Amino acid sequence: MLEATGHTSIDELFSQIPEALRLQRGLKVPGPLSEPELVEFFRQAASQSARDYVSLLGAGAYSHYRPVVIDTLLSRGEFLTSYTPYQAEISQGNLQAMFEFQTLIAQLTGMEVANSSLYDGSTATNEAVLMALRLMRRKRVVWARTLHPEYRRVVETYLQHQGVELVEVPYAATGQIDRERLEAAMNRETAAVVVQSPNFFGVLERVHEIAAIAHRAGALMIVTVTEPLSLAIVKAPEEADIVCGEAQSFGVPVAFGGPYVGFLATREKFIRQMPGRLVGQAQDTEGRRGYVLTLATREQHIRREKATSNICTSQSLFALSATIYLCLLGKKGLRALAEQNLAKARYAAGQLCQVAATELPFSGPTFNEFVVKTPGDADELLEELRQRKIIGGLNLVRFYPELENHLLVCVTETVSRAAVDRLVEAWRYFAVAKETLVGG
Amino acid sequence: MENRIKNARPHVTRNEGLIFERSSPGKSGAELPPLDVPAVSLEDALGNEFLRAEVEGFPEVSEVDVICHFTRLSTWNYSIDAGLYPLGSCTMKYNPRLNEAVARLDGPATDHPYTPESLAQGCLKILGETARCLVEITGMDAVSLQPAAGAQGELTGLLMIRAYLEEHGRNRKYVIVPDSAHGTNPASVTIAGYEARNLKSNARGCVDLDALDRAMNEEVAGLMLTNPNTLGVFETEIEKVCQMVHARGGLVYMDGANMNALVGVARPGEFGVDVMHLNLHKTFSTPHGGGGPGSGPVAVKRILEPYLPAPVVEEADGSWRLNHDRPRSIGRVRAWYGNFGMAVRALAYILAYGPQGLRQATEDAVLNANYVRRRLRDLYELPYDAPSMHECVFSDRRQAARGVHTGDIAKRLIDYGFHPYTVSFPLIVAGAMMIEPTETAGKAELDAFIEALRSIAQEVEEDPEFVLKAPYTTRVSRLDEAAAARKPVLRWKP
Repeated sequence: MLEATGHTSIDELFSQIPEALRLQRGLKVPGPLSEPELVEFFRQAASQSARDYVSLLGAGAYSHYRPVVIDTLLSRGEFLTSYTPYQAEISQGNLQAMFEFQTLIAQLTGMEVANSSLYDGSTATNEAVLMALRLMRRKRVVWARTLHPEYRRVVETYLQHQGVELVEVPYAATGQIDRERLEAAMNRETAAVVVQSPNFFGVLERVHEIAAIAHRAGALMIVTVTEPLSLAIVKAPEEADIVCGEAQSFGVPVAFGGPYVGFLATREKFIRQMPGRLVGQAQDTEGRRGYVLTLATREQHIRREKATSNICTSQSLFALSATIYLCLLGKKGLRALAEQNLAKARYAAGQLCQVAATELPFSGPTFNEFVVKTPGDADELLEELRQRKIIGGLNLVRFYPELENHLLVCVTETVSRAAVDRLVEAWRYFAVAKETLVGG
Repeated sequence: MENRIKNARPHVTRNEGLIFERSSPGKSGAELPPLDVPAVSLEDALGNEFLRAEVEGFPEVSEVDVICHFTRLSTWNYSIDAGLYPLGSCTMKYNPRLNEAVARLDGPATDHPYTPESLAQGCLKILGETARCLVEITGMDAVSLQPAAGAQGELTGLLMIRAYLEEHGRNRKYVIVPDSAHGTNPASVTIAGYEARNLKSNARGCVDLDALDRAMNEEVAGLMLTNPNTLGVFETEIEKVCQMVHARGGLVYMDGANMNALVGVARPGEFGVDVMHLNLHKTFSTPHGGGGPGSGPVAVKRILEPYLPAPVVEEADGSWRLNHDRPRSIGRVRAWYGNFGMAVRALAYILAYGPQGLRQATEDAVLNANYVRRRLRDLYELPYDAPSMHECVFSDRRQAARGVHTGDIAKRLIDYGFHPYTVSFPLIVAGAMMIEPTETAGKAELDAFIEALRSIAQEVEEDPEFVLKAPYTTRVSRLDEAAAARKPVLRWKP
C-alpha cells in the first residue's frame, strides 16, 4: 500500500511536518492494555463509587429506572455508529426517530415545535435566553433565584461580553418566585422572564401568572424544566413562549453529570430563530414520505458568524434514548410513574416533618423533590446518614448562603419505602441526640 | 442505459410508519413495581391549578412494538459498522464496543454529579487521568473536559483568550479566521463578543503569511486555525504563524478536529499554539450516535490555565477533588463537569492503544488517505497539490463539465454501498469532495470504495443523466428539501 502511494517510508508521509516539530519519543501515556486488563482498570474505578448507597440527590439530575430495551436498541450499530444525517436517503432511521422526539417534546411541553436536542438543560436554557434576546432586540433578562444555580452560571458565562443585564428575583415563603418583586423588576427593556418549574427547591411555579406579568411588560416567558417527568401530571406551561430543559430523566444514565440531552420547544412563529437541528417532513421523487434536516440556513455551516448558535454536534443518541423511554412508558405509564414519584416524595416529606426540629420551609406544591430544614448542622447529619450508606440530599448552603442547614431531598421511584424508613429512623436518631445535647 | 446495480425488492421493514401510527389505547411497554407507600390523590396534592388531564397524543405501544419499530428504523441507517464512512473531518473510525461496556458499569454510569467527593473517587480519577493523557498527547499544560462538543470548546478557548488579553490591558476587537474554517469557528467568535475577520488562503490552500502579516495588528485578539487544515494539509509554517500573532500581542487558537493526523507524531503545544480543543467523538473513538453526543475538551498553555472553566479536577496526596475556588475562571459552559461518559470511552481507547498503538493509528490514517488520493487522482481533480495527511480533498471540476456535481456523485456512491464523503466543504474548493477513510478501514474496503468512485467517473462520461437521478437502491429517493423548508412540518399531528 505504501508503494502505491508513491512513498518509500511511513516517515515520508509526514514530511510536511518540520523535523523539529516531530515527536522523537513515544507518548507518555499508560498502556497498551488488553481487554481483560481494561475491564479490571475500570472495575477498580467503579469500586470507588457510591453504587452501594441509597441516593437522595436530584437537583437537576434524576435517578429513574432505565428499561433494558433502551440499551438493546441503542447498541445497534446503525444507531450507535452513524453520524449526522447529512445524506437523508441513508439516515432515515435517525431522522424519523428525531422527528418522533420533536413530537414527543412538543406534546409534553404544550408547545408547537421542538428541536432535535441541545447539549443539556443548562445550555438549552442559555440558548432560550439568547433566542429571546434576538427576537426582542432588548438587553435585559429577569430570572428567578430558584433557577438552577449552575444553569444561571452558564448563561452568565455566555453573556459576559454581550452587555446584557441579568436581574434576579428572590423567592417568597411558598418557595415560588416572589410575584410582587417580579412585577417591580419588569420594564420595557426586558426581553424575557426565566423561571424553572419545578424549581431548584422542587416547588412548582405558577406559570400562568408569571406569564401574564411578563407579557404585560412586552417580554417573552421562558420556562425551563429540569425534571420533565413532572409534566406527565403537571399542567404543561402553555402560556410560555419557550419551554426548554433537561430530558436526562427519560432513560439517560446519571453518569456523573453527562452526557445528557437538552430540549427546546417554542411556538411556530419563532421557528426561524430556533437554535439546533430541526428535522422536517419531506417527499421524495415518488411522493413517499421521508424526513430531512431543514431550515439549515439558521445554522453555523451556512450562516457562519451570523448563525443563531454555534452548535453543530447535538445529543442524538440520547434524544433517541428519551424517545424509546417515552414510547415504552407511553401515555399511561409515564403518568403512573409520575404518580409514584409524587407519592414517594410526599411520604418521605410527611414522615420527616414529624421528626423533632425538622420542618418543610416552603409551602408551595412539589413533585419529587423538596427542601427540609435539618435538626442541627446539615453536614453533620449528612455524615451520620453516610455512615448508614445513605446520601441524604444536597446541602443548599453551597448555593444559597441564606439557607443554612437546609437539604434538598429527592425521592424517585427507585427509593424503596424501606430506604425512606431507614432515612427517617437515622434522622430521628440524630435529632434526638441533638436535643439531648442542647437540653443537657 | 441498463442499471448497473440491481434494485432491492420491497420489504416490510421498509414500510414502517411513525410510532404514533402504531399507537392503540391500552397498550404499554413498561410495567412498574407496585407502589410501596400510600398512594396520593393527585387532586389533593396538586389541585386544579396544577393538575394535568393527560399528555395528549402520547403513544401507547407495547415493548414488541418498540423493538420492532426502532429495529426497522435502524435498518434504514448507514453506519460505520456497515462499512466505510469517509466523511472528511468527522473521523468516522471504529467505535470500540469495550468502551460501551465500561461506560455502563455501576459507578461510572450511576454516580450523581453531586456525590460527595470521598465517594466519587472512581469518577474523579477517570476525569483526572483522561485529562492527563490529553495534556501529554497535545503537548499543552492543562485540560478541561467541561465543553460538551467542539463548538463549545471553541467558545471556551476564545473566552479564555479574551480574559487573558483583558487582564493584560489588551482590549481587542477581531479574531482572524481562515476562509477554509469550519462554520462553528466564526459562529463561536461572534458569541465571544469579537468580530470575525476573514483571511484568504494562499494558492496552496494554507495560511497566506503576507495576508496574515497585513491582517494581524493591535486590534486583533488572535487567530483561529485548524491544523492540519480543512484540506487535510499540514500548515508547515505554523511556527512562523504563531510567532507573528504573538509578536503583536495576540494568541493562537487551534481547532483540533484533525488531530487524527497528529497523535503520537507531533504535538500542537510545540507549534506555539496557546489553546485548542479536541473532539473526543472524532480522534478518540467515542461514538457519533446519529449526531451526538460529542465532547470537546480544551487544552491550554500555562498562561491560560487560571481561566479554565470551574471546577477543575485536581489530585493531592493520592486523592482527587473538584476545585471550585478559581477566581479568574471564565465561568461555566455547562452544568456539572462535562460529558463524563465520553471521557470514560476516550480513556479506554487511549489505554487500549498505549503509546505505540496511538502512533500506529495516526500513521495508518495518513497512509489510508494517501492511498485513496493516489488511486483516484487520475479521474478526479486535486485542487491543491500539497500533500494530504489524514484526509484528501478532490474537486468535481471534471465531472461538472458533464453537468454532474459533488452532491450527485455522492448520491450515486450510496448505490455502491458507501456513505458519501463530505460534500461541498471546505468552501474554498469549488465542488469539494472531502474523503477521510480513518485508520480502521481495511485495504479491501478502500479498494472497493476506490473502484466505486472509478466506476462512477466512467458513468459520468457515458451517461450523466443516470448519475443525476441517483440513488436508486435506497428506501426513499432524493427528498425535496426546498419544499420541506418552505412549509416546515416539524412534528406529527393526529
